[in-house]
Amino acid sequence: MTATSSAGAGAAAAAALDEMRALIGQEQYHEVGEFPVERSYVWTSCASVENGNPLYWDDAVADELTGGPVAPPSMVSVWFRPHHWAPGRTVEALPLQVHFDLKAALGLPEAVMTDNTIEFHTPVRMGDVLRTHQVLRSVSDEKTTKLGTGRFWVIDVVYANQDGELVAVESYTGFGYRRGEAVSS
Amino acid sequence: MSTAVVPQLLLDDVTVGESLPALDYEVTATTVVLGALATRDWRPMHHDKDFAVERNGTQDIFLNTPNQAAWFERYLTDWTGPHGRLARVTFRMKGSVFPGDTMSLTGVVESTSVDDVGCGFVTVAVTLSVDGDVKTTCAARVALPRTADDNPWARKGDQWRPAP
Repeated sequence: MTATSSAGAGAAAAAALDEMRALIGQEQYHEVGEFPVERSYVWTSCASVENGNPLYWDDAVADELTGGPVAPPSMVSVWFRPHHWAPGRTVEALPLQVHFDLKAALGLPEAVMTDNTIEFHTPVRMGDVLRTHQVLRSVSDEKTTKLGTGRFWVIDVVYANQDGELVAVESYTGFGYRRGEAVSS
Repeated sequence: MSTAVVPQLLLDDVTVGESLPALDYEVTATTVVLGALATRDWRPMHHDKDFAVERNGTQDIFLNTPNQAAWFERYLTDWTGPHGRLARVTFRMKGSVFPGDTMSLTGVVESTSVDDVGCGFVTVAVTLSVDGDVKTTCAARVALPRTADDNPWARKGDQWRPAP
């Protein structure tokens, strides 16, 4: 690579970073879940981790404690992950779009999530159709980890139900990186 | 109002520093794939070993984060019973969990408290490890009933404060 094209690439990368950082604090990607919360998914989730909590399996317990069936709080992000395919869709819909925007804009082909906080508010009930939006909170300077060289970012996902009640706030830390650039030990 | 479902665990039953019962589970490819599909996570590194190895540089497919959240919730509510209401969880992923691993979940109670509106809470430090290597940690804040007829799930609006 010549010095000129390297400098050009550096300027483009700096501009892309500025563009992403300008989005910090803005509400993005207001979305409505593609399907109502349903019990069979609750059972599939409970089965996947062998969760026998009677709140999810015994109607009498659910009636008494929560006034009817609710979903496990930790499932909150499940309700807005898009179908793998839908009629008429020409591009793959990606959950947590801000994360993928950052990967693309910053030229970081690989990414992992390192940290995830969820605060649970109003319980999710069968038939709810959740609304979400995403807010980018930060993008770090370049860092090198054992995975490679890249940047950390924090994205909040805010969930509400169809009545506008706050359901949860989830905060993700992601690390987008290029492989094979770690300092060899 | 009295409830017919007797709480499994009350706030006063809990001592700071006590350990929760450990849970060991042998992870298979089915565990990983079932967990990914149960969380509607269709990304290939959670079901396609070739993709995971060649693109992610990992040894195999690995448990996704939302499914680990479900494991932590199950671990906590096994202990609390159905009255236990998750308020806030923070996960930190340090390493991946692969088919063939035996994952061990352990937990220690770090604090107990009653908030300004009378809700009882415990904080628990949960660790998911494989062969002694910590893979994920979970700092959890969970509401517990204070008496046999208390029910944290009945709290709404200003009476439910999940953030400490």
